[in-house]
Amino acid sequence: MSEVTRHTLAVLVDNEAGVLSRVARLFSGKGYNIESLAVGTTHDPAVSRITIEVLADDRQARLIRMQLRKLICVHSVKRLPPERSIRRELVLIKVSAPTHEARNEIIQIANVFRSSIIDVSTGSLTIAVIGDESKAEAIQNLLGEFGILELVRTGIVALERGQYTIDEQTKEKGEFDYGKNVL
Amino acid sequence: MQMTGAKILMECLVEQGVDVIFGYPGGTILNVYDELLNYPGIRHYLTAHEQGACHAADGYARATGGVGVCFATSGPGATNLVTGIATAYMDSSPVVCITCNVELPLLGKDSFQEVDITGITMPITKCNYLVRSIEDLADTVREAFAIARSGRPGPVLIDIPKNVTTETAEFEPVSRQKHGMRGHLAQLMKRSSQDFKAPEPDYRDIDKLVEMIRASEKPLLICGGGVVRARADWEFEELANRIDAPVGITVMGAGGFRGLNRLATGLVGMHGSQASNMAVDACDLLIAVGCRFSDRVALNPASFAKNAKVVQIDIDRSEINKNVETVHHIIGDARRVLQLLNERLPQLRHDAWKDYVFSFKTQTEYDEAGDRMTPVQLLDAIARIAPRDSIFATDVGQHQMWAIQHLHFEYSGQLVTSGGFGTMGFGLGAAIGAQVGRPDKLVIHLAGDGSFRMNLNELSTVQYYDLPVITVVFNNGALGMVRQWQTLTCGGRHSQTTLDRGPDFARVAEAYGLAGRRVTRLEDFEQALQEAIACGHGCVIDCAIDIDEMVRPMVGGGSDITEFMID
Repeated sequence: MSEVTRHTLAVLVDNEAGVLSRVARLFSGKGYNIESLAVGTTHDPAVSRITIEVLADDRQARLIRMQLRKLICVHSVKRLPPERSIRRELVLIKVSAPTHEARNEIIQIANVFRSSIIDVSTGSLTIAVIGDESKAEAIQNLLGEFGILELVRTGIVALERGQYTIDEQTKEKGEFDYGKNVL
Repeated sequence: MQMTGAKILMECLVEQGVDVIFGYPGGTILNVYDELLNYPGIRHYLTAHEQGACHAADGYARATGGVGVCFATSGPGATNLVTGIATAYMDSSPVVCITCNVELPLLGKDSFQEVDITGITMPITKCNYLVRSIEDLADTVREAFAIARSGRPGPVLIDIPKNVTTETAEFEPVSRQKHGMRGHLAQLMKRSSQDFKAPEPDYRDIDKLVEMIRASEKPLLICGGGVVRARADWEFEELANRIDAPVGITVMGAGGFRGLNRLATGLVGMHGSQASNMAVDACDLLIAVGCRFSDRVALNPASFAKNAKVVQIDIDRSEINKNVETVHHIIGDARRVLQLLNERLPQLRHDAWKDYVFSFKTQTEYDEAGDRMTPVQLLDAIARIAPRDSIFATDVGQHQMWAIQHLHFEYSGQLVTSGGFGTMGFGLGAAIGAQVGRPDKLVIHLAGDGSFRMNLNELSTVQYYDLPVITVVFNNGALGMVRQWQTLTCGGRHSQTTLDRGPDFARVAEAYGLAGRRVTRLEDFEQALQEAIACGHGCVIDCAIDIDEMVRPMVGGGSDITEFMID
């Protein structure tokens, strides 16, 4: 069995009720834990895009893709390898900042990470960070000592680098030949 | 033309050529049943229970090769279908289930007989729909049938809120050939590279397999359910003859390859013959057609066919490498792939290899133990007396395995059995469906006493519609298969598997208005069976067999395929 790694899957689906549960069910039904999941509509209002990150070995990841493609609501599925894709997520962090010094220090950290302060109160600051999970983790570690009151992440969204899109036919055997869905 | 939802539904069924529906009415599906009265061309079979209706639709689909249709109402009606849907899903049987739900405004309010049946059946359907708007109804039904029957077939469920059945909308009949040009289905078709048909196999893949076959000295074929589903009997036999390779048959593949063919090694896997299992272990090339290597075939995937290059031919890409690692695969409809292979293959010979394989037994020999009838004696008598093309529907357990080991099926659709899901109580409903679909054949329902007790309420359906289904109960007074496992793996402690209780099946049959016989001697069984066939009505023959009779041979779950626990 090959090594378990984090796989990023981009899935285009019908923008309809129940589609997300159909897709998510496939992972729970096979016993795979979803590490991150983000959904939103695309430039085509009839189509939503789901970005899923899952821990699996190569064989499992391939089976997941095949199973996803069998769903009637799924248009296409593509694995986005980290070296060929850009991955981002938005993290909102509410940090305790009771003193002037703490506030200043947090603002400095936020600046270093090119993140923005989106809310200030007398006792707290809220910071918005955009990046991949390593950036989020780094700022989280630094802010930990001030006391993180609340943290929320959108989940990773990803696109392939360069001109290729998810609909692009590739020659990779077992990926796109014979159509995405066998009706 | 303006029509109510109920009428649109019926018109869509007419478009699909549906002439048989199995079902059970109720509050929410009231309007559909009312409309049904206006369609004398559609025969509706009222079953005793929704589960029976779903099994009947499944049995109909398996025996005819077409799509089975069943109706049920909301709530308990819909959930009663669930076991039937899962059974059809595991064995890739095309069934369209139509349920009605409470009115849209009542949905989500825990209304009377409300249940989220689309949510419940998500993992056990190929696709399912909740029709929220009457505008979508016609195209949804068209799409549902297209999906159920195409590619790797499977069950589809359509849930229609009651108000959609009474509202009206414009309906225009569309011939089946044109369904793919409309609505969501048109988009689906655009997305898949081939229209409704299975993907055309890659010719390079075919050529590569031809080379592998030519290079092989010990080839083995496995006939799986895909052969039966594609009705590729003829092509498969041609391939086996050309390669001159032994053929192991899976439970779902039974009928796809003639059991009496000189190349057949019998069942493969847990209750596989010695010849089949030894061949799997020794072969250098294993070609599995329409077989997903379930844990009952590839008991230990790591050691399965360890000396062989494994090649999978399947219509469903997600089956490739799912359970067993393969070196090559071909995606496509079994029939088409086999045709292409046959065109390219010369006549080969593998006499030494065949001599080796057939030096092992292809069948289990059972002792004829004194005064009790043995299952094999019963099956031999059935094979002797019943017409050779009779259809057999089985329940699940020992009798099922005995039947598949010892009846030699001749054509696809001759055996109707729950292979993947192993649903006890499947047989009678399935036999009803098979008989309705194939009135020209004798249908024999083989049951165990445990399985039969589960759904024998459908005897009322057999009697009411005067279906000449003959039920043969292999009555050992126990849940035989579980008992066998307890004997072999639980130190002989038999927990809750002894059925030392009623009912008297012969008298139950009589209470349902059918003939019933209890037999303990072989001559009596033969006579009872002859009489049952001659009378042309439904009948139950309850046959006493020994409680300790086992299915042999047996390989334990997870073991190497040649590690027989019992021979």
